[in-house]
Amino acid sequence: MISREEFKNIAGKGIWTQNSSIAQILGLCPLLAVTTNAVNGVMLSLATILVMAISNLAVSALRNFIPHEIRIPVFILIVAALVTVVDLLFNANLHELYLVLGIFIPLIVTNCIVLARVEAFAAKNPPLQSTFDGIFMGVGMLWTLALLGAMRELIGAGTLFGGIDMVFPNLHPIQLLPESYPNFLLAMLPPGAFILLGCMIAWKNWMDARAAERAKLKPPAPVAMAGSH
Amino acid sequence: MSSAREFSATGMAARTAGILFVFVIIFTALLSAAYLWTKPAIEASATEEKMKLIDEVLPRNAYDNALLDDTISLPATPELGLSDVSTLYRARLAGQPIAVVFEAVAPDGYSGKIRLVLAIRADGQVSGVRVIQHRETPGLGDYVEVKKDKNKARPWITQFQNMSLAAVTDKDWKVKKDGGRIDYYAGATVTPRAVSKAVFKAVKWAETNRKQLFSSEGAAK
Repeated sequence: MISREEFKNIAGKGIWTQNSSIAQILGLCPLLAVTTNAVNGVMLSLATILVMAISNLAVSALRNFIPHEIRIPVFILIVAALVTVVDLLFNANLHELYLVLGIFIPLIVTNCIVLARVEAFAAKNPPLQSTFDGIFMGVGMLWTLALLGAMRELIGAGTLFGGIDMVFPNLHPIQLLPESYPNFLLAMLPPGAFILLGCMIAWKNWMDARAAERAKLKPPAPVAMAGSH
Repeated sequence: MSSAREFSATGMAARTAGILFVFVIIFTALLSAAYLWTKPAIEASATEEKMKLIDEVLPRNAYDNALLDDTISLPATPELGLSDVSTLYRARLAGQPIAVVFEAVAPDGYSGKIRLVLAIRADGQVSGVRVIQHRETPGLGDYVEVKKDKNKARPWITQFQNMSLAAVTDKDWKVKKDGGRIDYYAGATVTPRAVSKAVFKAVKWAETNRKQLFSSEGAAK
């Protein structure tokens, strides 16, 4: 099945080291379009987690039947078909949720992170590991998009969790800055997303560089820790 | 393309094509099955959604006919900004036409078209207007949509309610900045200006065509 070590490795890669948005820099199209607030970012990520888990599972289970030369068309076929099925099932059975997530689900097909994980991970690994990889890549995307969306709406409009009433009708967006705050349009437009994403990537690199610096300064790790890389 | 002499290449191509074909068949079958299985539920909720939208512009207790079945098909109507055929719904009470519900498009929003749905009563009064689709800047011009309007008690779009050509002058159908009576939020005038213009044009169009729109014909449906 899956060892603890393997699980931790997959989770760590998805959430931090190979984070889809700030390390692999993949899937920027939906990222730019959707992160005008935190709620949209989270919603798209949730839909992506679902699709990535299912498509990784499907490709991984079928990987021994897919000839190497035509793997890409087959992957695209599988991903597109599964996204459509998820879209239809959501629409029919969870209509309230579909009204919120619905516009994001077709966007997922255009997200290259799905195809990238299918190609880089699911095509070479067993189903359980692949499913976890899909989930954690999505979780990595979730926190990045939530943070980016929150920063954009805070700087752009002075609010937080705008649009939450679409998901939970009883909740309201929080007005963090005074009502008189002159909206800063740049943060709301795609260039603002690029600038803030750049800051987040710089922040991640800085954190990684600092961690590497510390690891160098410290005495060699105890034996039990060795080989955990 | 490989020539016929390279047997191994053609053989391999055929084999690969075969496998690809099998995958296509399997996943197309999966798609069709999902489509057929979900179709009734999706259609039901689409109808429900349409009714919900109409409820916003025209209260359900104002009419007693099956609104969605009492329709006129409109050709492309430039006065309404519509370049495609659309459907107009007729609301009746005891057989008497009381209102029409139809779509209009404001072509000059800040970023493209703004789609509206309007209900206009037989006396020419606006019963309600809602924005159903737009791409206005989030947090700036998007307050024309009730959901995004910070003023929950009296959303911007409800200003048009009960306005009619008979009650107010033509120039009142403009934002205050242009000399009209429609309020707007500072910083975003293009969007409300576009919506106001489209509503005015739609009301005028309904007035011009009132004979056809509010005829009692076809009520037996």
